[in-house]
Amino acid sequence: MIHSYYESSARARIAGLLDADSFHEWLFAEDRVTSPHLAILEQPAAFDDGVIIGQGSIAEKQIFIAAQEGGFMGGAVGEVHGAKIVGVLERAVRDHPAAVLLLLETGGVRLQEANAGLIAVSEVMRAILSARAAGVPVIVAIGGQYGCFGGMGIAARCASTIIMSEEGRLGLSGPEVIETARGVEEYDSRDRALVWRTVGGKHRYLLGECDMIVPDGIAAFQHAITASIEKGDDWSLAALEQEHQLLADRVKRFGACKDGRDIWRELGWADPDALAMMDNDEFVAAAQGHRAK
Amino acid sequence: MEWKKVVEQMFPAGHEVRQEGDLLLGQGRCGKHTFAVIGTTNHTEVGAELALAMAAAVLAVIHDHPARPIVFLVDTSGQRLRHRDEMLGLNGYMAHLAKCVEMARRRGHAIISLVYEQALSGGFLANGMMADVCAALPQAEIRVMGLAAMARVTRISEERLAELSISSPVFAPGAHNYLLMGGLDALWEGDLSACLTDALEHVDATDHRRVRGLERGGRMFADPVTQRVLASA
Repeated sequence: MIHSYYESSARARIAGLLDADSFHEWLFAEDRVTSPHLAILEQPAAFDDGVIIGQGSIAEKQIFIAAQEGGFMGGAVGEVHGAKIVGVLERAVRDHPAAVLLLLETGGVRLQEANAGLIAVSEVMRAILSARAAGVPVIVAIGGQYGCFGGMGIAARCASTIIMSEEGRLGLSGPEVIETARGVEEYDSRDRALVWRTVGGKHRYLLGECDMIVPDGIAAFQHAITASIEKGDDWSLAALEQEHQLLADRVKRFGACKDGRDIWRELGWADPDALAMMDNDEFVAAAQGHRAK
Repeated sequence: MEWKKVVEQMFPAGHEVRQEGDLLLGQGRCGKHTFAVIGTTNHTEVGAELALAMAAAVLAVIHDHPARPIVFLVDTSGQRLRHRDEMLGLNGYMAHLAKCVEMARRRGHAIISLVYEQALSGGFLANGMMADVCAALPQAEIRVMGLAAMARVTRISEERLAELSISSPVFAPGAHNYLLMGGLDALWEGDLSACLTDALEHVDATDHRRVRGLERGGRMFADPVTQRVLASA
């Protein structure tokens, strides 16, 4: 039986990804580390503030992990939530696990504690880069219902590797935010196919915004994570310069495109609409030579 | 304050900062130091091209002027809210800029940022908030989102939010609240060149924001929670 990553809770994802009985949670329930800001607004709190952190092993490699729970406030980052992730990353700088896994599912900053959330996201970004500079790869997985948006979409791209499923979505401003600001003609947030062509896993893979794409299953994510740990990281000026070239080429080549389909056509996909129907293996094989990376 | 005035006051020994569209680029001299200057103006939205241009400027400083301190002049109404920029992966462009800043820091460039007009969420994360020292002019506007929009999203009335924002720096816009929470190191008043010189003397590469937030009483939980994670058995 395939365990859907998309449908699973953060705790189920951790249980499915890590070696059996290897997970040890930090700041578990009895610690009751909840957000102090939600009570003031008469909003319910969660005992883990929507993120589960700890250590464990995957394919017998020691890793640290933080998993956001989309079911609590859409995985939004508040003061405590952000501080837990920062703690994991700083601990990685100190203890050098084989990798840090970030299972991201979030709309970004939690507006109920907006300023604290924004600073927290910034602290996460710096902490991710500190871990990488210390030689610890940071691996991001995105495949949940809420996608990965807002400042955490930036934080995700600070990591060493991003693994997405086709159902995963990654961006900065979510479709609703843009529609509210600029109107439905600019971006129709209810047009699911349009949203998918803009921020969905296959589009992100073809652009080179994610490194690996996997079918929606916990086992598939696990294999990709294991491979990413093996592959390691390249935090270097040369790698940054290479990324710069890729991003410069992208705006030059696709800057005038109006739709994801135009980009795919430009990448040599004769029938862009067929791409949505391909299963993952077929898609990955067909994408060889038809990706902007 | 208009960027030309800011630059004149920061660099009394002279500067060559020019405006290209909404981008500011150049260098200025203050005391015995030359600073690279990278910034934006006109409350611009930061889209893919602008983030890329700032990243290019950072890489050029790393390449041409090893260890030269970098000043970011921040004036942005946030990330560009366009379908097209999202499709191109604006988050990736922002992250690339942030990584370039981090690379500069680790190669010995001091990074100082000044919010001289306004700073909003996504436009601020990739440069200003990546600095070793992040300062603002007292009248600068810093926020994630206006209270009206926040009320819409959170379904809490704007009146209630306005009321709460008096007692809590956590969701009220404003430079002073960011100072209390450690998001800003200082508000710069008076002699901007003296402020800059002082900032350069106190630069260090550690992220002190959560400790400052605790010391200043504006963010009481971030540091203790992180400490507990570090100490967990």
